[in-house]
Amino acid sequence: MAKATFRLWRGGTHQPGAFVDYATEVSEGMVVLDAVHRIQAEQAPDLACRWNCKAGKCGSCSAEINGRPKLMCMTRLNTLDLAEPVTVEPMRAFPLLKDLVTDVSINFRIKPGIRKFAPRTPDAADGTWRMAQRDVDRVQEFRKCIECYLCQDVCHVIRDHAKHEDGFIGPRFLVYAAALEMHPLDTGDRLGDLKDRHGLGYCNITKCCTTVCPEHIHITDNAIIPLKERVVDRYYDPVTRLLRMFRG
Amino acid sequence: MGAPHTYSYDVLIVGAGGAGLRAAIEAASAGVSVGLICKSLLGKAHTVMAEGGMAAAMGHNDDRDNWQVHFADTMRGGQYVNNWRMAELHAREAPDRVRELEAWGAVFDRTPDGRINQRNFGGHRYPRLAHVGDRTGLELIRTLQDHTIHLGVTVHMEYTVIDLLLDDGQVSGVLAYDRERGRFYAFAAKAVVLATGGVGRAFKITSNSWEGTGDGHALAYRAGAELIDMEFVQFHPTGMVWPPSVKGILVTEGVRGEGGVLKNSEGRRFMFDDIPENYRPQTASDAEEGWRYTQGDKSARRPPELLTRDHVARCIRREVRAGRGSPHGGVFLDIAWIKEKLPGAADHIRRKLPSMYHQFKELADLDITREPMEVGPTTHYIMGGIRVDADTQASTIPGLFAAGECAAGINGANRLGGNSLSDLIVFGKRAGEYAAAHARSRVAPRLDEQAIAEATGAALAPFERGGSGENPYTVQQDLQETMQDLVGIVRVETEMQDALTRLDALNARAARSGVEGHREYHTGWHACLDLRNLLTVSEAITRSALERRESRGGHFRDDYPEKSAEYGAFNIAVHRDPGGTMHVARRPIPAMPAELTSIVEDQKQ
Repeated sequence: MAKATFRLWRGGTHQPGAFVDYATEVSEGMVVLDAVHRIQAEQAPDLACRWNCKAGKCGSCSAEINGRPKLMCMTRLNTLDLAEPVTVEPMRAFPLLKDLVTDVSINFRIKPGIRKFAPRTPDAADGTWRMAQRDVDRVQEFRKCIECYLCQDVCHVIRDHAKHEDGFIGPRFLVYAAALEMHPLDTGDRLGDLKDRHGLGYCNITKCCTTVCPEHIHITDNAIIPLKERVVDRYYDPVTRLLRMFRG
Repeated sequence: MGAPHTYSYDVLIVGAGGAGLRAAIEAASAGVSVGLICKSLLGKAHTVMAEGGMAAAMGHNDDRDNWQVHFADTMRGGQYVNNWRMAELHAREAPDRVRELEAWGAVFDRTPDGRINQRNFGGHRYPRLAHVGDRTGLELIRTLQDHTIHLGVTVHMEYTVIDLLLDDGQVSGVLAYDRERGRFYAFAAKAVVLATGGVGRAFKITSNSWEGTGDGHALAYRAGAELIDMEFVQFHPTGMVWPPSVKGILVTEGVRGEGGVLKNSEGRRFMFDDIPENYRPQTASDAEEGWRYTQGDKSARRPPELLTRDHVARCIRREVRAGRGSPHGGVFLDIAWIKEKLPGAADHIRRKLPSMYHQFKELADLDITREPMEVGPTTHYIMGGIRVDADTQASTIPGLFAAGECAAGINGANRLGGNSLSDLIVFGKRAGEYAAAHARSRVAPRLDEQAIAEATGAALAPFERGGSGENPYTVQQDLQETMQDLVGIVRVETEMQDALTRLDALNARAARSGVEGHREYHTGWHACLDLRNLLTVSEAITRSALERRESRGGHFRDDYPEKSAEYGAFNIAVHRDPGGTMHVARRPIPAMPAELTSIVEDQKQ
């Protein structure tokens, strides 16, 4: 069996962090998470890492592998150069808890601040609705999100400027807002919030979020830009502003 | 050690998968204070991995469907040892629970006339599964999660419950620790709902995440509740078998629902070779009829690939044992063949099964639109669990409720695909409702300080043993090997007796397991604590399986390969007797009312 070296970030609140090299056996078809589990079982029982499904469906095992934000469970070793140590470190945009685990709690605090789903009156007497598949397709793309927060991790508005502490909800929640805004049944209006409270204007479309999304959601093109267009149409288009002045 | 921090709620829910979240919504809506504990982050529970859909007889794709047919299908699939009242409630209430999800923002696939689309699945007579491609579990959990966060429920993420606390025979709360800091917390509660899911991690090859360690089962058992049907473990017929690191990951039954077929190394559709007597009238006579069924032809009968999971898993195992398996020890599951039937088949497959396409492409370098998959059985679900009252989900301990996979009864000897997701929301709702009512009727419970101190001390013992103790990961791997090899898909008396002996030795090793370091996010320490629950459920599975000397549903005995009418009259229950040993008993199944009996008889055609 071949061996490979994994350079894992170790450290938490008790000791200053550092990279530690672990050599471990690797076999065909393995992913980074398998190697981390093997290291945990054989060499470092207290190594902290989050994981659940091991199939790219839950978004628990986000990390930065050789500097790229990825899911450990979906990063196959045969896509990496095993002649060099494979670097695995926690997401940098979030505070470190321990080893590969970060404090992502801010994401859970952001979500309730977005106006919740508010459906229109049911279409049928039995209290149900009718929707066309082509209308739900658009929203289903956004609802594929597994909340791995890799897009939040890579967004420079958060990573370099920590604006999520200051009113910027970040790409995950712009996708969430878009899913609600474009939901065929929703009657809520979030445009004012997006402009004033959610920091939509901070996004300057570098598309890093789209690049790292493991679900291949077109975050920028299909969620953020349409939201920006709606905000611009309503608040910045001179013709509509003029009309609003007259209408009061 | 110090006194633990304390929280207090009217209703405390343990587990935040589909059942736990639905219970939280119901209890919070009833106006009581609700706490929710989950072992992982919110929204990561095993429910998120469910793929195919949720079964509810809405009759959108076939108007012949109704609750009676769904009820009869569930009972037939469960080989008639189900709790018939639970099966009835489930079949009656599932449509409303699914429609409710839409009112909370869920976006299901649609029929041409704009209603919720329903797909075919194993054991269901008509297309019945409301779905979103093959990521229905994600849609379910996200909808419930996003609805819950606006209801004032307090969520304690990454907390693990160590023990239930009792006050004068009633549940008074739980002792838990938080993963992040390793601190202990006592939660006082007037009612506790266990919604902790399954026990898959007791086996080597499983679709379950690390969380599926039978916590709720073991917590309830240790507190004195009764577990039933523990011998009935579902081995899903189609898990991935290659590459080795993904062995066990689920391949949805939806593949077969969309026309996928099972073949052996000779290219033969072996499922046609063995059709059980009670399913013969409903099964297609040839490949063409089976294909027409998957495409919605109401005059066609289901292909044999859509027989129940227990049967399909055994057929696959038979082919592999007979040397007709695929190169990596499974069989072939082929959806690519439908290009012979459908123009634009590749796009159709990618649209209907996006998650499976992605999973095989990324993890196995295989394009399912061009090549067959290799699949084999994987431990997926346990039909057994905490014995509950059908209407209220109350366990045999006052104040303790259970819902979802950790509760038993609805599925009998074998669960139908798609019945789990609807079980979660039907009985999650009921558990939340009755837990809230129970909480209103009680004064604030007292917390047993001595029990808390003892449990806290026991939980910290691995640190006292330190690095010279047994490696908990090794003990867990050995336990998984034991259960996989000796109490797996095919069981026999001598092997199960051997398993009991080994479980004793593993118990002793677990008691010697040790770790060093500090408590913060210490995965090795958590593995030590998981072992206790895994060993308890493993023993319950083994003892129950020894007691059931026949083959039925998910439980197959090589030494008793036939079903026996005698064993169809009772469920097998285990409880802890005062001395701490596991006691096995038989609980007679009450007679079904005439109305339900006639539904079952009518549907036998």
